[in-house]
Amino acid sequence: MTPAIEFRAVSVFSPERRPLLENISLSIEAGTTTVFLGRSGSGKTTLLRTVNRMIASTRGDILVDGTLNSNTDLIRLRRGIGYVIQETGLFPHFTVERNVGIVLEAEGRPKTPRIQRSHELLAAVGLDPATFAQRLPHQLSGGQRQRVGLARSLAADPGILLMDEPFGALDPLTRREMQDMLRDLLAHLRKTVLLVTHDLNEALYLGDRIALLSEGKLIAALTPQQFLASDRPEVRTYIDAFQRGEQVARQ
Amino acid sequence: MNFLSRYGGEIATLTVEHLWLTAAAMLIATAIAVPIGIGLTRSRRWAGPILGIANVLQTIPSLAMFGFLLPLPWLGERAARIAIVALIAYALLPILRNTYAGIRGIDPSIIEVARALGLTDTQRLLKVELPLAASFILAGLRTATVTCIGIATIAAAVGAGGLGELIFRGVASVDNRLVLAGALPAALLALAADALLGLLEHRLRVRA
Repeated sequence: MTPAIEFRAVSVFSPERRPLLENISLSIEAGTTTVFLGRSGSGKTTLLRTVNRMIASTRGDILVDGTLNSNTDLIRLRRGIGYVIQETGLFPHFTVERNVGIVLEAEGRPKTPRIQRSHELLAAVGLDPATFAQRLPHQLSGGQRQRVGLARSLAADPGILLMDEPFGALDPLTRREMQDMLRDLLAHLRKTVLLVTHDLNEALYLGDRIALLSEGKLIAALTPQQFLASDRPEVRTYIDAFQRGEQVARQ
Repeated sequence: MNFLSRYGGEIATLTVEHLWLTAAAMLIATAIAVPIGIGLTRSRRWAGPILGIANVLQTIPSLAMFGFLLPLPWLGERAARIAIVALIAYALLPILRNTYAGIRGIDPSIIEVARALGLTDTQRLLKVELPLAASFILAGLRTATVTCIGIATIAAAVGAGGLGELIFRGVASVDNRLVLAGALPAALLALAADALLGLLEHRLRVRA
């Protein structure tokens, strides 16, 4: 079967010729969730953004559904890929309903089915359309905004979802609710998800596979079980950093 | 009372003339400055030089500006043309600067998402950037309008009419009533324009 996304020896250099990503090769199966884990500046967001060409790769190829993404029309490529970021990027002058339907609006679809779809999606992410459809983003809590951002990314029913630290700005309890919601949603939507986080727990909870990046290099791509059992030093360091507080408190 | 019955008609005519000069200049200045301001957000290396030129225009004393334009071929034929072109020159900077700053000041994550979701450049401009920068652009328009209503009084020096006419006549004949008859309506026009555009600006403001 053709992988949903395939990175083939992808390198990205900054305009000052500093390497941001070096020779990344990774094949991602359709319908799975892959979590990019790593410290800030490790290149995980850069890698995510090469998929919808928000960043162009300097070398190497990225295939989306078997086709070179550089050969696909940019607008079509992007409309076929959902995108969620930590800051949500909700349009502050649009109602929640219009925010969710923006991709359909951009495609020129008629208003009635657009609104219907947008209400369906609001319900799917746990927001009652009767209460929330007409609100403006500034009238929502952080978690609610993030739900709207997720609903918006799903509007055109893309096969691929790119999520850049979607829950990074939320408190642990809200974060947990969002992770549960996402997991339930993905269980019956079957999307290929790439999710960037630096939270090990989130990676273990949501990922079918965890790809650890460090200084622009792919260190390992492992299942959560393999990840926890791995004795690779970079993996151990990451796990230790997360368990430190708990270990100290127990002593 | 006598004064008003004698000059009332003229004051009204000159006020309309004053308004028309300013409105024509604002319309044309907006049509020039907003597209250029948008263009500058697309190619930022031009922003410095272009805003610099607009800035220099702004510093030319208005009486001198009218004088410079007087000998130009097509312009010099009609005083109103000179007045409008001069007013446009003064209106450019505030509108240009606010269009540029208004769009650049939009939260980058909003622009990023608009691009990433596959909005075309035109859709991004019309659906996202212009609505979000609208109150900013209008604030520039407001500054420009108020400035131009003031400067338009000097247009009378080249015979373009407007309320400056009364002021110049009043100064020449040392008649303060005439000066006031020109200055007061001009000030009221400026205040009214400021209030009206301010109201509109407030309505267009988007809460982040």
